[in-house]
Amino acid sequence: MDQHWESVIGLEVHVQLKTRSKIFSGAATDFGAAPNAQACGVDIALPGVLPVLNAAVVRMAVLFGLAVQGRIAKRCRFDRKNYFYPDLPKGYQISQLDEPIVSGGHLDIGTEDGARRRIDLTRAHLEEDAGKSLHEAYEGYTGIDLNRAGTPLLEIVSEPQLRTPAEAARYFRTLHALVRYLDICDGDLSQGSMRCDANVSIRRPGDEFGERTEIKNLNSFRFLEKAVRFEIARQIDILEAGARVERETLLYDAERDETRPMRGKELSDDYRYFPDPDLLPVEVTEAMLEEARCAMPELPATKRRRYADELGLADYDAGWLVADPDVAAYFEDVAAASGLPKAAANWVMGEVAAAQRQDGTDAAHIPVPAAQLGRLLQRIADQTISGKIAKTLFELLWKEGGDVDSLIERRGLKQMSDADELAAVVAQVLASHPAQVDQYRAGRTKVLGFFVGQVMKETRGKANPRQVNQLLRDALA
Amino acid sequence: MSFELAPFATLTALREALCAKHVSAAELARFYLRRIAADEANCFITLCEEQAQAQARQADAEIARNGQRDLLGLPIAHKDVFCTNGVRTTCASKMLANFVAPYDAAVVANLKAAGAITLGKTNMDEFAMGSSNETSHFGAVANPWDAKRVPGGSSGGAAAAVAAGLAPAATGTDTGGSIRQPAAFCGVSGLKPTYGRVSRFGLVAFASSLDQGGPIARSAADLRLMLRYMEGHDRRDSTSACAVATPAEGVPEALTIGIPTQYWANLNADIAAALEAAATLLERLGHRRQEITLPHTEFAIPAYYVISAAEASTNLSRYDGVRYGHRAAEPASLDDLYSRSRSEGFGAEVKRRILTGTYTLSVGYYEAYYKKAQRLRRLIRQDFLDAFQNVDLILTPATPTPAFERGQHREPTTMYKQDVFTIPASLAGLPALAVPCGFAGHLPVGMQLIGPHFAEDRLLTLAETFQRETDWHLRTP
Repeated sequence: MDQHWESVIGLEVHVQLKTRSKIFSGAATDFGAAPNAQACGVDIALPGVLPVLNAAVVRMAVLFGLAVQGRIAKRCRFDRKNYFYPDLPKGYQISQLDEPIVSGGHLDIGTEDGARRRIDLTRAHLEEDAGKSLHEAYEGYTGIDLNRAGTPLLEIVSEPQLRTPAEAARYFRTLHALVRYLDICDGDLSQGSMRCDANVSIRRPGDEFGERTEIKNLNSFRFLEKAVRFEIARQIDILEAGARVERETLLYDAERDETRPMRGKELSDDYRYFPDPDLLPVEVTEAMLEEARCAMPELPATKRRRYADELGLADYDAGWLVADPDVAAYFEDVAAASGLPKAAANWVMGEVAAAQRQDGTDAAHIPVPAAQLGRLLQRIADQTISGKIAKTLFELLWKEGGDVDSLIERRGLKQMSDADELAAVVAQVLASHPAQVDQYRAGRTKVLGFFVGQVMKETRGKANPRQVNQLLRDALA
Repeated sequence: MSFELAPFATLTALREALCAKHVSAAELARFYLRRIAADEANCFITLCEEQAQAQARQADAEIARNGQRDLLGLPIAHKDVFCTNGVRTTCASKMLANFVAPYDAAVVANLKAAGAITLGKTNMDEFAMGSSNETSHFGAVANPWDAKRVPGGSSGGAAAAVAAGLAPAATGTDTGGSIRQPAAFCGVSGLKPTYGRVSRFGLVAFASSLDQGGPIARSAADLRLMLRYMEGHDRRDSTSACAVATPAEGVPEALTIGIPTQYWANLNADIAAALEAAATLLERLGHRRQEITLPHTEFAIPAYYVISAAEASTNLSRYDGVRYGHRAAEPASLDDLYSRSRSEGFGAEVKRRILTGTYTLSVGYYEAYYKKAQRLRRLIRQDFLDAFQNVDLILTPATPTPAFERGQHREPTTMYKQDVFTIPASLAGLPALAVPCGFAGHLPVGMQLIGPHFAEDRLLTLAETFQRETDWHLRTP
């Protein structure tokens, strides 16, 4: 980016809370049901119905507030945000304006040079989601699906302290990991479980904030980064051409990689907020705080320090492993089963991650039980099998399952470590390749690799490579 | 059989006749349905003939088996603001002229569970906004005492139906006087319970922080009977009070009755005389009278119209022509659908309040109107709490004049002043009842008793005592 400009980015992330029922009604929140199959009288705003707060959302918001060290309001309330739109059945959204449940707090994110940077949070408040308008499916009409109406959201607002598109994406990722650790959101971005609005402006370093635009509804880390990057460039072009940035709401078009002004929806000059008279103020008691403290899991930052300090992992590896709570949990199980945390880290980041990528398997559904991978690592360590055989065996475990020790036994994968046996094979290999023996003796020692390969071939990979090397050197000396 | 069907029998008398098998529930239902069919006062919007007869047959079968439910076989009417499963609920609006709710309001379900039979749905001011029943889409209601005059509102149809002997009792709702004022105009008894005592679930909202369901009947004893089956905690209404079952509190023999001086200024002479006579009678019965002052009374009307209009303006946003209710034909655009559906569906008074409320909630006016009105509301409430340090009950006129003629109050603000005596207790959330206490010429006059929160028993006991000593409530048109 242009060195003369500094970008200022603040994010509003809508986290869909992982509750069984909606925030103000008993309807289910499952994704993918037939349109309007999960909308009850409250969700479609029949005359006479009333909202009743789902206690689970308060518990989740409190847990989040404690995790980011924010202030939890002892008493907060819900307000009505009034605007008309067909997928907003009541004509208002129940949200929190003046008295959010969480104020302040912060989130530590990694930076490009591996350091940590603290991003302050403005607030986090509870609100209900709207339904969906389906513009494409019906010629001349708009379809309305109210399944999502009333889904609980925690809107987390950052201070405008993010400075680069990459940093914005990292903040989003860090938040994503946190809410998954807290188990308050399933984190499934493809289903809209976390959506992000980015407020973007640019200024000369040291100047006041410039006019900002808001890019709505970004639902992936990559799109966030690309959209913000495009928007910064667009604003620089405008200002450098001597024009002014207009305050507006934009949508990001991923196909064309550009932002465009949004029309119609959710735009109003005045939402006429006022306290919702149908709901009582929410009281957060000391007992609720205590319950949340007891339920607090080990958070990514703590976990990361523990991996480095206690398990001796490199900081990068620790950071990689904690990014996804399911990966971290799997790693910890493998490390515990094997007693070999470093080997466990290498395998989880290497073979396991590669297999996951190939099959599109998420970390919660890794088919190789941690106990089996742990056993495999032990068998490498005690030299029962070679690293090469271990990879083959892992593939087998991934595809077909089974028990490591019985597979080694049944398939005869045990490493050959009997010196006499190996010496015989070595002698045979050297005898069959006199030309290469001569080359070696003439000083072309690289040929050693060829002999190792031949021995491995003869033993179908079971020979202990270190021993083979030694035997070959001895024989050729 | 010595029993003769009389249109003006009390619920209590009808219950005895049913138990003694002097009359059957089917005969009772038929009797009232026939009277309603012949009604020329326009008290009902919808008649539930078949349903009532079926319910009555079931009640008779249950009575034959010595069924004991308290309201078993007793016919009642519901204000058309309560949702009734399978029977249209119009709120006297073109907007909901064909709306059939798929569920029963809590009040309807509770009374049904106690065995009551639903005769039909009574006329009212549109969306309960009015003091004369003239704003109904289904036409005005005539006062049974004088067909040229209004029955009061908004529960005008309910009060007129009870007064005219079309139903022994009816449900109503009271936001700023909508039970008490029509009860006074029609010479019957009406109770607005403490806010939160009766569930609002299924009561189509006008102003959520004020709306409260309550009974209209021919005696205070019948109000007590009705209340017992209307009240109760309901977890579907977050503002429903937890412990409402107040057993008879053993009212002290001698009560101190407060007379607020502010309520007597410029009072109609006939009403003043009737109130004076009532106060004197209560003194003769051993109660003490004490002048009190409620200094913020003059602010009650403006505070009420700001708060109730603000809440109404967003409560009525759901009527947008999208999911149910009136929908404009062939809308050219979404905005056209909204504006024409709402312009065509709502009457003038409803529009006036939506506009007023929208205005007072707007940026720049919120502080000046809504916030200030809320502060006044707290002061008015405090006036009452202070007064109840010294007195047990407060006695006031129910209305400033007897029933006025249709079309007399064309100016909205003079109409709004009709509620001057009933609004303060509404703003304070206090229980208040109106019972007949005399006549102004040929028109009934009502007095209002206001009690501390949840002191319904005290109010009803004193009203019962008063009605043992007087026969105003027994007069019929």
